[in-house]
Amino acid sequence: MSQNETQPSAPQSAAAKLFDLRVLIGGLFTFYGMVLIIAGLFASPAEIQKASGININLWMGIGMLFVGLLFLLWWRLRPLPPPVDPARDDDAASSQSHHAS
Amino acid sequence: MVLPLLAANPLRLTLNVLDFGILIIYFALVITIGVLARRAIATSEDFLLAGRSLPAWITGLAFISANLGAIEILGMAANGAQYGWSTVHFYWIGAVPAMVFLGLVMMPFYYGSRVRSVPEYLRRRFNAPTHIFNALTFAVATVLIAGVNLYALAIILEALLGWPLWTSIIIAAGFVLAYITLGGLSGAIYNEVLQFFVILAGLIPIVIVGLAHVGGWAGLQAAVSHTPLGPAAFSSWQGTGIPWTNPLGDWIGIVFGLGFVLSFGYWTTNFAEVQRALSAKDLSAGQRTPLIGAYPKIFIPFLTIIPGLIALVVVPHLGSAEGLPYNDAIPLLMNKFLPNGVLGVAMAGLIAAFMAGMAANVSAFNTVFTYDLWQTYVRRGRSDRYYLRVGRIVTVAGVLIGILTAFIAAGYSNIMNYIQLLFSFFNAPLFATFLIAMFWKRVSPMAGILGLAAGTIAAGVFHYVAFNIPYFYPGGHFDPTHATINAQMQNFYGAIAAFVADAVVTVIVTLLGRPKPLSELAGLVWGVPDPNAPDPSKVPKPTWWASPALLGWGALAITFLLSLIFL
Repeated sequence: MSQNETQPSAPQSAAAKLFDLRVLIGGLFTFYGMVLIIAGLFASPAEIQKASGININLWMGIGMLFVGLLFLLWWRLRPLPPPVDPARDDDAASSQSHHAS
Repeated sequence: MVLPLLAANPLRLTLNVLDFGILIIYFALVITIGVLARRAIATSEDFLLAGRSLPAWITGLAFISANLGAIEILGMAANGAQYGWSTVHFYWIGAVPAMVFLGLVMMPFYYGSRVRSVPEYLRRRFNAPTHIFNALTFAVATVLIAGVNLYALAIILEALLGWPLWTSIIIAAGFVLAYITLGGLSGAIYNEVLQFFVILAGLIPIVIVGLAHVGGWAGLQAAVSHTPLGPAAFSSWQGTGIPWTNPLGDWIGIVFGLGFVLSFGYWTTNFAEVQRALSAKDLSAGQRTPLIGAYPKIFIPFLTIIPGLIALVVVPHLGSAEGLPYNDAIPLLMNKFLPNGVLGVAMAGLIAAFMAGMAANVSAFNTVFTYDLWQTYVRRGRSDRYYLRVGRIVTVAGVLIGILTAFIAAGYSNIMNYIQLLFSFFNAPLFATFLIAMFWKRVSPMAGILGLAAGTIAAGVFHYVAFNIPYFYPGGHFDPTHATINAQMQNFYGAIAAFVADAVVTVIVTLLGRPKPLSELAGLVWGVPDPNAPDPSKVPKPTWWASPALLGWGALAITFLLSLIFL
């Protein structure tokens, strides 16, 4: 396939614009964590008994909150590099247009 | 009395507002990911291969998550209840070595040759007939298996929530269609990564509560020894000598059939997996994809086999004639142990796992169909925008075929098993051809197609011949009804037969023919480097703890140690 070399007007990849998933995972788990902690705080004795005496909502909630905050922390501390303009970045352009012989 | 109620439908869950709220939020996020990912799609390669731009941790988790479909989770728990700790062979010997091999040895060929799919490698290495054979069988297999996933999901939802089959099929297919048509492979991969964490969040409470219920690990061991599995349940290699007593058969079948042929065949050539590695942003990330994925794979058996064993202990008559089938293990435990709240999370994980299995298959299908079949043989040389559009249309078509397959399977449930059996015949010889192709410059183009055909036929023939071989029956006692045959051994030895047939025919045909000129093999074969490959000295080296060699050998070492512990 030689589209990128013979047609200079071929569209450039937009893949660099892909959003950072970590904020979504972090957000979801933080939210779920808080929801489960609240559910755990209001757990009835019957529910705890069913779960072999463990307030599993509370513990999973704490765990998920922790994981969620870790992801958000990672997202904050190591943000994705800003998308590079493909026309300026020669290496990216040549590696993208490189094709099977 | 509680008992008659249970007998009515022991699987039926009672979800409340909290659980449904959790589910709705999860699936809203799934669609959101698809919508947001759409912004990053401008070329067909963006749509079908995520623009080859993803970081290793994402592709690594997607790699393992694409395999961690619900059929795998429910099935492995069922195997845990049925076979005990020997099930771990499907993970340790049956996955990790192959994943490491893919990362360290084969990715340089796949990524370095810039092929956009596994069949494309075959086209460049061999010839068009080989290419068409593999592309067609893979495309058909993978889209039908998407339908199998959809059907299995509908069955589970009917049992757990009481939804009619057609409702689940249409709604689930609708969700998958939305997020992969909008978001392409990026949407699929991002959702696989999300799903990975939600699945863990769903399985972990089952293990925690279940183990507490049976009295911890020691309590589990004691309880299991009183079940039909007996005290050998926690040993994975016991009884694998000849004659065999292990549920998975003898060590020859386990090591060569499962560990080598089937495992390497799946992990190194199944495009639904390799696609995730090809979508990584550079060769190092591509290599690390299966290596990163190997680590969760090593530890997931603790989240699937343990529930299976717990279910065996707490559910009366599981797997026997008067009880519920093994496949119900995890749903039964969800019902028994989980309060509303984590139950919603577990349901989200389960449903997401089915959908992701379907999405992975459809996203592999659309790439192979668009690039390998449509662009190569039907409409060449069009603009990239044309192929992007084709990719989207093929995605819709793939989901529709999946829906159709699911409805057919609903009418004839044995179809599912036949589909999977048939395609296992096509999968079995693949690794032989790839292995020889990558390391022997001389292999001729015709050897590709003839080797694959021979291996496929051998797999099929062996499957039926095996029914008449007494060695595959427990204790060597031939059973005229064929019902008690050790199906795992039949499978493993069939794979060995396919590999051998493929290899023999490939070698013979090669010796009788002419090889391809070396100029056409650049980057495809060991010892013929690609002159266009980027200068290795310019490629940024990963940090020492992320080097592929360390990751790969580390995974193997951990697996080896664990195998000794569970000998």
